[in-house]
Amino acid sequence: METEPLLKVSQLYKNFGGVQAIHNLNFELAEGELMGLIGPNGSGKTTAVNLITGFVKPTEGEISYRGKNITGRAPYKIVRMGIARTFQMVKPFYQLPAYKNMIIPLYSPRVKQRIGGKFGDRDAVALDLLEEVGFERDSFVAYKPASVLPQGYLKRLELAKAIALDPDLIILDELFSGLSLAEVASIVPIIEKLRQEGKTIIMIEHRLKELFRIADRIIVLNFGEKIADGKASEVMESDAVKKAYLGAEA
Amino acid sequence: MERRKERIDRGIKARSSDIFALSSWREMLYLAAPRLLPVVGLVVLSLALSVYWQRVLLSVSVFALLAISWDILAQTGMISLGQALFFGTGAYLSGIMNHYWGWPPYITIPLATIVGGLLSTIFLIPVLRLRGIFFSMVTLVLPLMLVRIIEATRIFGGTEGLSGLTALPSRWVEIYVLIIVLLSALFGFRRLMNSDFGLILKGINDNDRSVMNAGINVYWFKIQVLFIASSIGAFAGAFLTHVYLFVGMPVFALDYSILPIASAVVGGMGTLAGSMLGAFILVPLSEILRGLGGLRIVIYGLFLVVFTVAIPEGIFHYIQRKYHQFERWVEVE
Repeated sequence: METEPLLKVSQLYKNFGGVQAIHNLNFELAEGELMGLIGPNGSGKTTAVNLITGFVKPTEGEISYRGKNITGRAPYKIVRMGIARTFQMVKPFYQLPAYKNMIIPLYSPRVKQRIGGKFGDRDAVALDLLEEVGFERDSFVAYKPASVLPQGYLKRLELAKAIALDPDLIILDELFSGLSLAEVASIVPIIEKLRQEGKTIIMIEHRLKELFRIADRIIVLNFGEKIADGKASEVMESDAVKKAYLGAEA
Repeated sequence: MERRKERIDRGIKARSSDIFALSSWREMLYLAAPRLLPVVGLVVLSLALSVYWQRVLLSVSVFALLAISWDILAQTGMISLGQALFFGTGAYLSGIMNHYWGWPPYITIPLATIVGGLLSTIFLIPVLRLRGIFFSMVTLVLPLMLVRIIEATRIFGGTEGLSGLTALPSRWVEIYVLIIVLLSALFGFRRLMNSDFGLILKGINDNDRSVMNAGINVYWFKIQVLFIASSIGAFAGAFLTHVYLFVGMPVFALDYSILPIASAVVGGMGTLAGSMLGAFILVPLSEILRGLGGLRIVIYGLFLVVFTVAIPEGIFHYIQRKYHQFERWVEVE
């Protein structure tokens, strides 16, 4: 018996005016899979994520999650079903301490429902979650306003906000961009831990080397179309991909 | 013995600004004074003022309520140019209930507060999805529209309005009911805005997509805030109706929309206390300038310009900053 995919995207189209941002995108994602979504700039990766998470409504096509059609649903409803994402541009509340930034996801009905009944001390839970993504407990980092934190911590904060929702599918939009090698190296174990917990993950990345080490499968987009789908090594051998990344003559 | 200067709050504030380590009565007073000031100030004012200035105090407090209501909306990212909508709806509702059905003020005022809040919220629900200036435009237009409807259809007394409404038992009841409501609104909603609920609201103002992305229904929160803010405004209107014993088209006037905004800007936005302080400066000032006739508006306008240029952060933020910078001499070992 074949198991039902966690996420199924079929014949998805999105036009912005005359521009085709997504053109006939199809893929299925099995539970527990870590899929990388790559492609040159402007190839429609973030649009694809926006479509899945409901921030943008598709022109045509269907997205289903656990067999339910979620096309065009409001973002907060999709989050409540268990899909969480991070944003490429991190926008924390800069004047608030890092741990106070965690209050917003912890206030969501999904978290209340999961924990059951009245939610205890959000501050304490926030600090626990931040520790999980590498805010050292004994330091003052978590208490500092987000405005003074280095990019690495802001990205971790963004990740912690997604994890706080206890999602089944996590979509990470360029989590590694703007980070040093050391910072990436310190985040990779967090992602691996999420996988061990059985989370399904989609990662949009430009840092291919790091991505290929952890991804089960890669989808390559170019001009809104899927041009390759498979294991990292296979995908990079494909002529279409080489052409997209290196130019027509390659 | 060597001595140096140290900020008073240095020793008091521990790690975060809402946890305090107090070690003396003086430190306790340092913390309590700003909170006691509005309470003591209002009680003293109410006793010390002449009958005429007591009336001014009523009007000031009503504008302070409208300014607080405006500030709550602004902190959630809804810039309202139409506080008159809330004010007028409350005023007319209590007037109608009193005039046509003969209900006493202690029923009409609370009822008009809640029903007025509900009605105003329902009016604005269709435009909640609009952001920034688009939302503001609609709030500006709605009260102006309601006035014309009353004028054209001659309902509720038309241009004459409804007069001869029931008065409150005495001027002391008037003053103290209003002062109690104003102080409860100030402290209550300040507390609310500092709670996790308030954090969500500020989050919506800052970056609503990020809040949506946390599985939170932004519109539901906006509706709740709209109801809170419009109820405050409706209370102000309903209350003043029973002070003036009259309700008519002027309750939808632009004054009730603009003055609260000016108060919040002069006093300092985002603290509620600042908005209230602004009303306590601007409304009496306008009263003092009354003798100047036409020049009143000019001087008033100049005052506004000077203040916004000199202290763009608002008076309250300025005072707050200075208060935190108070220093004392300490002995150095």
